Amino acid sequence: MSTATHAEHDHGHHPTGFMRWLTTTNHKDIGTMYLVFSLVMFFVGGAMALVIRTELFQPGLQFVDPAFFNQMTTMHALIMIFGAVMPAFVGLANWMVPLQIGAPDMALPRLNNWSFWILPFAFSLLLLTLFLPGGAPASGWTMYPPLVLQTGDAFPFLIFSIHLMGLSSIMGAINIIVTIMNMRAPGMGLLKMPLFVWSWLITAYLLILVMPVLAGAVTMLLTDKYFGTSFFAAAGGGDPVMFQHIFWFFGHPEVYIMILPAFGIISEIIPTFARKPIFGYAAMVYATASIAFLSFIVWAHHMFTVGMPLAGQLFFMFSTMLIAVPTGVKVFNWVATMWRGSMTFETPMLFALAFVFLFTIGGFSGLMLAIVPADLQYHDSYFVVAHFHYVLVPGAVFAIMAGVYYWLPKWTGNMYNEKMGKLHFWLTAISVNLTFFPMHFVGLAGMPRRIPDYATQFADFNAIATVGAFVFGFSQLMFAWNVYRCAKGGEKATAEVWEGSHGLEWTVPSPAPLHTFDTPPVVK
Amino acid sequence: MSRTTSRWIGRIAAAAGSALAVPASAWADWAVNMPRGATAISGEVYQLHMLIFGVCVAIAVIVFGAMIWSIFYHRKSRGVEPAKFSHSTKVEIVWTTIPIVILIAMAVPAADTLVRMEDTRDSDMSVKITGYQWKWEYEYLDEGIRFFSNLAPESNRARQLGSGIDPRTVENYLLDVDNPLVVPVGAKVRLLLTSNDVIHSWWVPDFGGKKDAIPGYINEFWFEAERPGTYRGQCAELCGRDHGFMPVVVEVLPVAEYEVWLSDNAPAPQAEPAVSTAAAAPAPAEASAPTPAPTAAPEAGAEGQAAAPAEDGMTLEQAMSQGRNLHVQHCSACHQADGSGLPAAGFPALDKLAVGLEEHLQLVVHGRDGTAMAAFGPQLSDREIAATITYQRNAWDNETGDVVQPDDVAAVR
Repeated sequence: MSTATHAEHDHGHHPTGFMRWLTTTNHKDIGTMYLVFSLVMFFVGGAMALVIRTELFQPGLQFVDPAFFNQMTTMHALIMIFGAVMPAFVGLANWMVPLQIGAPDMALPRLNNWSFWILPFAFSLLLLTLFLPGGAPASGWTMYPPLVLQTGDAFPFLIFSIHLMGLSSIMGAINIIVTIMNMRAPGMGLLKMPLFVWSWLITAYLLILVMPVLAGAVTMLLTDKYFGTSFFAAAGGGDPVMFQHIFWFFGHPEVYIMILPAFGIISEIIPTFARKPIFGYAAMVYATASIAFLSFIVWAHHMFTVGMPLAGQLFFMFSTMLIAVPTGVKVFNWVATMWRGSMTFETPMLFALAFVFLFTIGGFSGLMLAIVPADLQYHDSYFVVAHFHYVLVPGAVFAIMAGVYYWLPKWTGNMYNEKMGKLHFWLTAISVNLTFFPMHFVGLAGMPRRIPDYATQFADFNAIATVGAFVFGFSQLMFAWNVYRCAKGGEKATAEVWEGSHGLEWTVPSPAPLHTFDTPPVVK
Repeated sequence: MSRTTSRWIGRIAAAAGSALAVPASAWADWAVNMPRGATAISGEVYQLHMLIFGVCVAIAVIVFGAMIWSIFYHRKSRGVEPAKFSHSTKVEIVWTTIPIVILIAMAVPAADTLVRMEDTRDSDMSVKITGYQWKWEYEYLDEGIRFFSNLAPESNRARQLGSGIDPRTVENYLLDVDNPLVVPVGAKVRLLLTSNDVIHSWWVPDFGGKKDAIPGYINEFWFEAERPGTYRGQCAELCGRDHGFMPVVVEVLPVAEYEVWLSDNAPAPQAEPAVSTAAAAPAPAEASAPTPAPTAAPEAGAEGQAAAPAEDGMTLEQAMSQGRNLHVQHCSACHQADGSGLPAAGFPALDKLAVGLEEHLQLVVHGRDGTAMAAFGPQLSDREIAATITYQRNAWDNETGDVVQPDDVAAVR
């Protein structure tokens, strides 16, 4: 393949092959790398989920030792959160934020390169622990001491890989904020920015505020284990509950880091396919900002069972319930955007609609979890597993897939296979419910989370969930195949791609050339 | 298979029923919902749960109804032209205000119940619960009774990887223990929860909730069972390899029967049970094995009593028979019954011992920091530790010939 045939390679001497990707500072290249990396991690983490579901297919232990089971639940969570969902959103931001604000690239391109290339090392370290004596970390992704301090040789690898992931996230967030604040096209005021850009601006602030908190917490774990400190060891005057407070001060905003960009994507897609502007644009921005603010004052709702004072429990119950208000506003606005629109149902729209339905179900169970007396029953049961998978899989992951289908023609210049996309959607949407809906029932009936084996009355629903998980997992191969085929060729896409599309990204040709907006567009 | 299938269909139908908010009784038997439980508080919690669930279903009907209507009627294929509106301050104020009102209406009864749940005053009795990896210890503070509660031996055998035992043939699989917590009906039982190692969480759904057992903390929880019966639950906080295998069983007895149980198990001075923790044991507080079936290890009863040991000192045979049961009960979760350990998971094998006797004693009595190896000094008597170590040093491929005596254990404490 000669570079001469590619008009976009007109900036001189680019390395080719692997060196091109290693040294690139182009936001489109880096975005692509983030997305490919995320897809690989999605399959790695998914394979671990299938190990979990295989063991849980029937009562009794058939396949794995309980210690390995705990390694799988821990690694599945760490990889899906830090390796799949977060990098996918950063990849989408890399690709789309400059295109949507009319900037030629990210503001800090070398930093951008570095924040991506840290990730393969971080996850190599983490995955390496599977082969160490004592195996991978097995204390849950929440890493509660004292249990996490029983981790074997994997422990320092875990801590260091989390430090690396944190560095990558912080640098990515700085880059996004600087880009959005400084490089918008003339005429694009803050309240004219696309909602995806808005949601990422707010998310980036969340990242900068909480990733250092996580880094601090895991560093304290490290010194407790190896340097004789007692931050979290009761015997030395420390406090194991303090870790939970610090962790969830990071952890709850982290939850919104994984959902706010999803809100942004959905807010781009629904107006396009309803052929009608987003309803209540300003309210959407303020709702996102409110959710981000509230995320800092609700953390202890993850730990209602640790024995907090009554006043603390009441405060965190009320503040948590409040989140339902701005979240409700977002859902109502999406419905109002569809209302009296002229809708078509291409694959991105199907995923977006499923997002609104299924994320809302996850929102409802979240509201139920806020009610402290009931939470004392729900806490650490499969009801919680059902809840957070509803907001993360048909929530965050569906939004990512919707975004990929939506912008893929812009990236590749080709249309994806619509028929295969629709089949992928229906298989995914049905199997995701088959997997996670029964978890509500077993949780309410008393099945704790993170157990490798269960009492026989939970058997039927677990069997259903396992069948659903396998259908879900293998359906994703269809997604990967469709994306691959689309990158290789297919029906040519127009610049607008979609009939109802609006925004600067649709003014550049498809595929978007390597360098866009060298001359800033003017936004009226 | 067909029976299973029809059961699934039944449950799916029941689940669908719940979404339509049919009366609770219609699916209560299907275990798809939170139990009403056995206490006034658990009943209130259930009511709160159903109330918030009902509110969610009502909102879902409206929101999803509007969405589905829109999907069917506002589609391009029906030839509709899109409307132009993009905001309405009036509507937005309405759908911000209504949820706030609903939330306040929810918060009031929830706070009311919570205040009562937190009120641990005026209790009739107190039990201190200590979590261990992976068992519970119950200590009746006023009665001087203290014992461990382990996963029942039948479940323990069936749950081993590749045991070949169908869990469906084991009664109360994974939800049964050797020594349950026994309390009287109608008494307000205050629980004081703590842990000896990592964080555990004591959960019986029928008592309306759970509370964490945290090292260095004493947490309070209480329940007042309205009906006699056996109530089952599990540890709810991930606590290591056997987190899934430390059930909670509470037996609620009529008051008269509880009095009998109490007199059978209260530590009478000078009258140790047959398999005692030995007169030589220096810790008088250790009134172990209080239940009618005192030896907790599988198949221990007959053998343990038959080999009635001499008052001081143990022969190899005595130590081997008692030690084998203790090894299965306390050590096999990690080191395996055959001593092969789980080296891949960081639990060393014992079948080809490399540690010397002195180190072995230190390890068992004091544990190893930063690992799951617990200190058994506070958990077992000198005699039990001596028997266990003797067994481990002479079983499998180990032929050290070491016979550890209780005094040796006392010396390293």
